[in-house]
Amino acid sequence: MTAYFGRRYMLSASHRLHCDGLTEDQNRAAYGKCNNPHGHGHNYIIEVLIGGAVSPETGMVINLVDLDAVVQTHVLDRFDLVNLNLDPLFTAQVPTTENLCREIFRIVRDSLPTDPPDLNLEYVRVEETENNFFQCYNL
Amino acid sequence: MIFLTRRATFSASHYYWNQSWSEEKNRQVFGRCSNRNGHGHNYTLEVTVAGDPDRLTGFVVDLKWLKDVMEREVLSAWDHRHLNLEVPEFDAIMPTCENIAIAAWRRLEPAISAAAGARLATIRVYETPEIFAEYRGPQEQVLGAGAQHRGES
Repeated sequence: MTAYFGRRYMLSASHRLHCDGLTEDQNRAAYGKCNNPHGHGHNYIIEVLIGGAVSPETGMVINLVDLDAVVQTHVLDRFDLVNLNLDPLFTAQVPTTENLCREIFRIVRDSLPTDPPDLNLEYVRVEETENNFFQCYNL
Repeated sequence: MIFLTRRATFSASHYYWNQSWSEEKNRQVFGRCSNRNGHGHNYTLEVTVAGDPDRLTGFVVDLKWLKDVMEREVLSAWDHRHLNLEVPEFDAIMPTCENIAIAAWRRLEPAISAAAGARLATIRVYETPEIFAEYRGPQEQVLGAGAQHRGES
């Protein structure tokens, strides 16, 4: 029986949207206020949906303790209360929330427990504000 | 095709306990949720139906009708109940969020299928605003894009 288990987390981080390949004027035109040299921050909501079989023993797709451990270790410990621009993942790409969403998708997908087998990351959704959010289903 | 979602809330208590396990294993796997005195949640039930809008009414389904179906089939049986002790479908299975979503599907699907033009697409059950489960029916064999990409990488 396939079902999905979802969980929402929060992390707070700063970023500056700036592309070295563009001129200062082009950066300002493309990113507006988000190009402020000193950066700015958000409380990001990270929503994760995991698909898999419901275990007859536990009634669960994945134990939330195990999912929390993956997200804590690989996502929150890495991105919470930091400047995203300083993370190696964002030296060659701008830390837009689109790119953050893709990177978190890659990290969670590659860190899912192997027990139970055949767990699948259905999507990662990153809410930058209450009005902006991004969802990644694959890479 | 339009997907229409109706939300409702119910409050219930539950605990997690596998009879075939020792007390120690139950505590290890289910943590505080294994407390046999139970605990409770304000659950949110989201029911999504899919169909084309009717030419005359413009409705996929009448929302009042859907509200009544949810009330009759699910909320009247689950609201302000102890799921383990008072709801028959959880006699033998754990009332986890996943199983609650599956049980809601089974309660709602016959009534919704009987209504012309609509099919039940998704059930989502929130146990808290941060914890939820989703069920898309027994036909769903293939998981999402994550499955394909795990295979490819």
